Amino acid sequence: MNTDLSEDHRLIQATVRDFAAKEIVPVAARLDQEARYPSEIIARAATLGLMGLMVPEEYGGAGMDSIANVLVQEELARASAGVQVIVSVNNSLVCDPIVRYGTAEQKRRYLPPLADGRSLGCYCLTEPSAGSDAMALETRAQRRGDDWVLDGRKFFVTNGVEADICIVYARSEDAPGARGLSAFLVEKSFPGISVGKVEHKLGIRCSSTSEILLDDCRVPAENLLGGRGEGGKIALATLDGGRIGIAAQAVGLARAALEDATAYVKERHIFGRPLSNFQATQWALADAATRIDAARLLTYRAAWLRDRGARCTREAATAKLIASETAMWATHRAVQLFGGYGYIQDYPLERYFRDAKITEIYEGTSEVLRLVLSRDLLGSRGNAHQ
Amino acid sequence: MNVIVCIKQVPDTEAPIRIRAGGGIDETGLNLVMNYYDEHATEAALRLREQFGGTVTVVAVGPERTREALRQALAMGADEATLLRDPALDAADHLQVARALAAFIRSRTPDAVICGKLSTDDNAAVVGAALAELLDLPQATAIAKLELDAGAGHATVHRELEGALEILEVPLPALFTVERSLNEPRYPSLPGIMKAKRKEIAVLDLAALGLSANELGPAGATLTGLATPPGRTAGIQVNGADPDAAVEAIVTFLGDRAKVL
Amino acid sequence: MAQGALPEVWVLVAHREGSVRKITYELLGTARGLAGEGRVVAVLLGGGVEDPARIFGQRGADEVMVIDDPRLTQYTTEGYAAALAALASEHTPALLLIGSTAQGRDLAPRLAARLGAAIVTDCQTLALEGGELVATRPMYTRKAIGTVRLAQGRPWIAVVLPAVFPVPEESDRSVEVREASLPAEVRIRTRVVETRAIERETVPLTEADVIVSGGRGLRGPENFALLDALARALEAAVGSSRPPVDSGWVPHDYEIGQTGKTVSPQVYIACGISGAPQHLAGMSGSKFIVAINKDPNAPIFQLADLGVVGDLFEILPRLTEAVKKRKAAG
Repeated sequence: MNTDLSEDHRLIQATVRDFAAKEIVPVAARLDQEARYPSEIIARAATLGLMGLMVPEEYGGAGMDSIANVLVQEELARASAGVQVIVSVNNSLVCDPIVRYGTAEQKRRYLPPLADGRSLGCYCLTEPSAGSDAMALETRAQRRGDDWVLDGRKFFVTNGVEADICIVYARSEDAPGARGLSAFLVEKSFPGISVGKVEHKLGIRCSSTSEILLDDCRVPAENLLGGRGEGGKIALATLDGGRIGIAAQAVGLARAALEDATAYVKERHIFGRPLSNFQATQWALADAATRIDAARLLTYRAAWLRDRGARCTREAATAKLIASETAMWATHRAVQLFGGYGYIQDYPLERYFRDAKITEIYEGTSEVLRLVLSRDLLGSRGNAHQ
Repeated sequence: MNVIVCIKQVPDTEAPIRIRAGGGIDETGLNLVMNYYDEHATEAALRLREQFGGTVTVVAVGPERTREALRQALAMGADEATLLRDPALDAADHLQVARALAAFIRSRTPDAVICGKLSTDDNAAVVGAALAELLDLPQATAIAKLELDAGAGHATVHRELEGALEILEVPLPALFTVERSLNEPRYPSLPGIMKAKRKEIAVLDLAALGLSANELGPAGATLTGLATPPGRTAGIQVNGADPDAAVEAIVTFLGDRAKVL
Repeated sequence: MAQGALPEVWVLVAHREGSVRKITYELLGTARGLAGEGRVVAVLLGGGVEDPARIFGQRGADEVMVIDDPRLTQYTTEGYAAALAALASEHTPALLLIGSTAQGRDLAPRLAARLGAAIVTDCQTLALEGGELVATRPMYTRKAIGTVRLAQGRPWIAVVLPAVFPVPEESDRSVEVREASLPAEVRIRTRVVETRAIERETVPLTEADVIVSGGRGLRGPENFALLDALARALEAAVGSSRPPVDSGWVPHDYEIGQTGKTVSPQVYIACGISGAPQHLAGMSGSKFIVAINKDPNAPIFQLADLGVVGDLFEILPRLTEAVKKRKAAG
């Protein structure tokens, strides 16, 4: 089993690392403090091909695989988890389902602008009373002539404010749970869709998280993504890819904490010696490094399976679960190593710590992931959300 | 306009260097990258192509692993890449490298040859100007600005001298070595990386270049040793919370130790 | 110190607008050390230097060779290369020393290729060992020192770093000036359109004894005025690390570091500079380093002979005043 990266993967990784170091790191703290959407950086990222990484070249994408995506996400997150999630959602939660389930016309219409940065995407699944129990969502979709009409309220939508293209999941069939759902491609310019409340968050503050309100929103029939009643299947399959992206985000955050802590403990002296001389410090760094290594390899494995077209629900859940808990552990430990400096905004540690928390929550809370994994182990069939 | 860019693969300037007991440096785990100045050279060539059309060819002398640097240039947008690879070039000195490059370039008749002003492994800054001599091309080294009047067949360049700026007119074809301030190199775009994957990197040895061992000549300069520089240790540290006391310490230091006051 | 000696060592005089650059004297001293009882020849191309016999004789030259041809008044690569190639083929000196200036670096490799010479650049030390020239030079972003040997049997060219070798003491003597001429047919294809002085009040960085340098800690371009004031008081040059250049606060010619200039002044005063390896590569050769930074963990403190952990906005203006007072007191 070859765990080496190919020459192209190494070049991709080096390119994005360079880009992130030069263009994201210098502004990451300010973007977080001002909770400002990084439009210039996203435009630059689009020029580099980062917004449509896995979109086929014929639609203006980079035509890359999931391993490449994971490498890119980790490098972006190391610099700013907020910037990274904007890119990750666009790629994994919006472009990817269009590539997999879209008609030729839908791909032709939506993929090029999503890939080149003219448009930004968002994924509207969660509702106030359907978070972990997402398949119980209540937004309705009713046929009316040549259109679908959507009514409901989506919430905690990443990129909600800036997105022009929204994948909205709504109940179109007279059936409960996943089987009653369909997915729709909704442009912000369609009548009846608007941005509602914008959230102020603990972390990933430069990415917007908002409500999307659907009030008699008319969507042309050809904007149904996939078949009627396939929405649940699409949502869950899409989440597998999304979870791999978040696992990579968590690895990037954990790595940021480890790298900064490693540099710091060599310089910082207490009781006349560098912090790195103390065994407790050495062990903390060793623990962080081993956990990050494990999380990264789990993430690569999930990506590798996805590239083979194999089912990777279990592996994606495992990767995200371990990676997010690693990010929490590592950033928490790193803040502690920095002591007072870990608590003040002059240093990025407190931002890594705040950013890490979301990785245990979105795109499947750790509890939901445990549910998915235990059902897989205990042989329970059917929908994990039922 | 046909432009040839000469590049070199070097250790990442941020990488720690481990000197090997038997000579040379330990390459295990060493991050090797395209020489920073050569990114600027490649960028300059790509901009000329955008302005005037033509092709950008990248060439490097080095071992097999040099392909990665050539691949990066292709990913930035270069049209073709060639590696000059021969055991006789492994321990070549700068003039030998220049002779090998000259043999390749002569077969191409470019309008411009562009190199980085130096490579960050040895900072020698020899190959560029030596290559210009071997190709009998006019040269301008360490240029900070490049404007081409292809119709008139010349370039106007700026060079930074010590305390002055020199503006030179150079007829084409010519060789340029470039400063960092010349341009901002583009990142290889990810689609560019995917396209570069499909491009073939040609490999030529001395025989294929038509260069005999005699023509390559013996090495004139040989690196015979590498040592770690004597360390500097930290001196006195003063708490500057009281600025007047700190200033006094500095003034005393400048007068008594450094003897500049 | 040389072991053995060379019969003849040449030094290319570095000059601009009539004044001789300091590195020329450093090279004359080096040449004397390598020549022992042999001949040291100062080669002056282009005119404009007054009384070369005395100036160069005083610093150790045995002879001055002059080509005062209008085609050499302006430095051009091909003009100087043709002149030196003609002189070298006639006189065959063992070694030519050239200073590491923009022009020196432009010329030396071209000349080496023309003469089939062995060349080594960025020399910090030079010695003769077993008939070979041995030089040491910084490598790998100053993380290593390389030893390079130039083989016998061909001319040698050594490009020498400024401010590394000492300027020899003046001794009262005047020497022979030999006039030579540039061949009639010399092809000079480049044309100097203009040489514009860069409006900087102080000495060029690579020649300054004292450098005051600023980094990201200065917070903005307007604060370079604090460094300018201190530099005027100290008669120093002003430089910067990379971030101020990248942010557009100062032009590229201020930059000291791997991607800028390498300097080795007597004193380097780093203000608000953290001390990234890229920057250290450009100034770690300074004799004395003073660092002012509010971050006690800044890597520059590992190198600084005097490290001040404090607020440069409080310290610099007071320091400028204190320096002025001390200088006024004589």
